[in-house]
Amino acid sequence: MLRTGLRLLVPGLLVLLWWTTSAGSTSPFYPPLREVLAAFQESWLFARLGSDLVPSVTRLLAGLLIATVVGIAVGAALGRSRLLARALNPAVQFCRSVPGTALIPISVVLFGIGDGSKILVIAFVCVFPVLLNTVDAVRGVDPQLEDVARSYRLTPVQRLAFVLLPAAAPQIFAGIRTALGIAFIMMVVTELYAATNGVGFVTLSARNSFDVPQMWAGTVLLGLLGVALSALFLVLQRRVLRWHIGMTERN
Amino acid sequence: MLSVTNLRKTYGSGDQAVEAIRDMTLTVDKGEFVCIVGPSGAGKTTMLRCLCGLLKPSSGTVTLDGAPVTGPPKEIASVFQDYSRSLMPWFTVRRNVGLPLRNRYRSTADRAERVGTALDAVGLSGFGDRYPWQLSGGMQQRVAIARGLAYAPEILLLDEPFASVDAQTRADLEDLILRVRDDTGVTMLLVTHDIDEAVYLADRVVVMSARPSVVLETVEVDLPRPRDQVTTKRLPRFAELRTHVLTLIRRTALDGSAPTPDHHSTIGERR
Repeated sequence: MLRTGLRLLVPGLLVLLWWTTSAGSTSPFYPPLREVLAAFQESWLFARLGSDLVPSVTRLLAGLLIATVVGIAVGAALGRSRLLARALNPAVQFCRSVPGTALIPISVVLFGIGDGSKILVIAFVCVFPVLLNTVDAVRGVDPQLEDVARSYRLTPVQRLAFVLLPAAAPQIFAGIRTALGIAFIMMVVTELYAATNGVGFVTLSARNSFDVPQMWAGTVLLGLLGVALSALFLVLQRRVLRWHIGMTERN
Repeated sequence: MLSVTNLRKTYGSGDQAVEAIRDMTLTVDKGEFVCIVGPSGAGKTTMLRCLCGLLKPSSGTVTLDGAPVTGPPKEIASVFQDYSRSLMPWFTVRRNVGLPLRNRYRSTADRAERVGTALDAVGLSGFGDRYPWQLSGGMQQRVAIARGLAYAPEILLLDEPFASVDAQTRADLEDLILRVRDDTGVTMLLVTHDIDEAVYLADRVVVMSARPSVVLETVEVDLPRPRDQVTTKRLPRFAELRTHVLTLIRRTALDGSAPTPDHHSTIGERR
């Protein structure tokens, strides 16, 4: 009870600060919080939820999912094979050095402004944290465990599924977490450049039509969405890595 | 029967080459309990890795019932030294023990039955749903032993299995191993640096020299069975045997020169 109160204290104070400083504001770009909340209610509870929030989140999750699958698959292969790693490393380093935002124009030209092009950009940028963490994790798996797997004649698929990937999972999850943050940024950025729907699109359109409270409301929604996504991710991580948390707490 | 002939293992090449094992020849008959004992730094683990097909010898042969061992054979199960690194912390005890059985038993019911029997044999019936890291060191090593037993091997290889547990647990585990062997008739090959342990457990003790390792002597242990931590270790013959092995080991550990097999055994019988 006390802890929950303590955690809500600072956010509460900040909202209060916002409310009081903006209440008498005459600047058109810093509207009273009252108006921002009204705009928030009008747009996001729940008029545009289906038309804009759902597409945004769907693209984000689709991109992240593709990045996770590809990142783990390629990462595991590179982690296992020195030869493959040597051959692919320069290309990987190049691709991950390209700023994600720079890819949007190319993606739009090549694949249009639909969902596919946005998902692709998100996936491309997010694959690297997952991939590099997987390479590192797979390389770091205790050789003793591999001895066990070999001496008990586990098949390569069993070794991957029951030994390598679980052992690498904590580090892979750290990579996915980084990727989630990047995916969130890319979700918004792809919608600012060329889009027909999405939270980012609505927010930018609001600015373009001088609907400033709407612009603020969109930004608030993005903040809340970010918090919700990372909280959900933590719940998932706690479930999957229960053994790891238990083991770490014990030692 | 497991048979090792003129096994040699060198790591690296050229100037950097390290000769871990120079020349080891030994046989382990069906149902026998053989301990390999040697000073620390002798290629004991290397030796065992060669025996179970995890490592390719530089020269010499390892055969199991006449067939050369080129990879891990399904007749051999291994218990590794460091239990904390050989059990999968993401699996419960039950799943750890059952993991190697996936390719042997299609049905989960058959697997569960074998796992249950193996856990019973090591006295861990009630612990199937725990995770290894929730158990004490001795219990974890018993899980590793159960995993080996569930695999229903002809030979159980144990690499310093009791090196990281306290003395009391160690004695308990030694007796557990003896009981399991009596119950199942499985052939045991155990590597240790502990002379008392080797003499207490074995039918034969193979004494290894310091690196580069050779077989110094194979000592027949003619102590009566069943053995007992108190009464067996009180026997004058036990003291004689352990003193004999200790003398061999101290000599090789202190003597830096490359050792040669000792052909003049007074107390043990060389094979």
